[in-house]
Amino acid sequence: MGDIPRGNRPLSPHLSVYRLPMAAITSILTRATGQIMLAGLLLIVWWLVAAVAGPRAFAQADWVLRSWLGYLVLLGSVWALWYHFLAGIRHFFYDAGLLLTREDARQASWFIVAGSVVLTLLTVILFVF
Amino acid sequence: MRYLTPRKAAKGLGAAGPGSATAQHWSMTVSAVALAILTPAFIFVIASAIGLPRDGVLDYFARPYPAIVTALFLIVGLLHYINGTQIMIDDYLDHAERKVATIAAKLFGWAVIAAAVYALARMAFAPDLPPAILLPADTTIVIH
Repeated sequence: MGDIPRGNRPLSPHLSVYRLPMAAITSILTRATGQIMLAGLLLIVWWLVAAVAGPRAFAQADWVLRSWLGYLVLLGSVWALWYHFLAGIRHFFYDAGLLLTREDARQASWFIVAGSVVLTLLTVILFVF
Repeated sequence: MRYLTPRKAAKGLGAAGPGSATAQHWSMTVSAVALAILTPAFIFVIASAIGLPRDGVLDYFARPYPAIVTALFLIVGLLHYINGTQIMIDDYLDHAERKVATIAAKLFGWAVIAAAVYALARMAFAPDLPPAILLPADTTIVIH
């Protein structure tokens, strides 16, 4: 392969030097958030099972859930859930043949990122009050 | 000896039959619509429950709305998770790794569903039962 004269032809983009567009980053993040939110979900299911298992099991689970680490996991999971929620709604648009131009996909990507942060902040406000 | 030719075995399966990528995509779409409706309700229910003492949690999830919302979100959510993880596995893994990961994702998802349903059912129907009745091994139980 090395001996073939290539001239100045552009080579196909290699992933390590190719800057991913926003639409690609937000698409990969959809999969990642689907896995990330499992952390908070498992914490909640553990907490529910502990509640019926007995007072001691509940005290343990409740302590972990309401520790700073527990709240951090819940916060991350809530963000992941809202992100996945908005990205999933974009898939409905994709399936309907909408938002498929480069500019629309880019704008929708920023909307998903910003929207997930706003919804997470609203959830925190709801949770605190 | 297999008398079925490969062509005959594949005939009729089509690109849209059960188990196809089309059926998988449709199942993801339907569960996504359900979860889009359930997500705000689930977050509200859980946010209201965290911080309650144990008795409060048991009473809270014994009520129909929190119980049904939580059960639906966790069951539909984990089935959606199993399906979505299957798509990722099909994209990223091959051969034995694909089989092992597929089985692991299914078993894990269903184990979490079972745990959640057990907890919610106990809270709804029998919150005050002890977790298990421990009797000596030689106990004879006679039911009249």
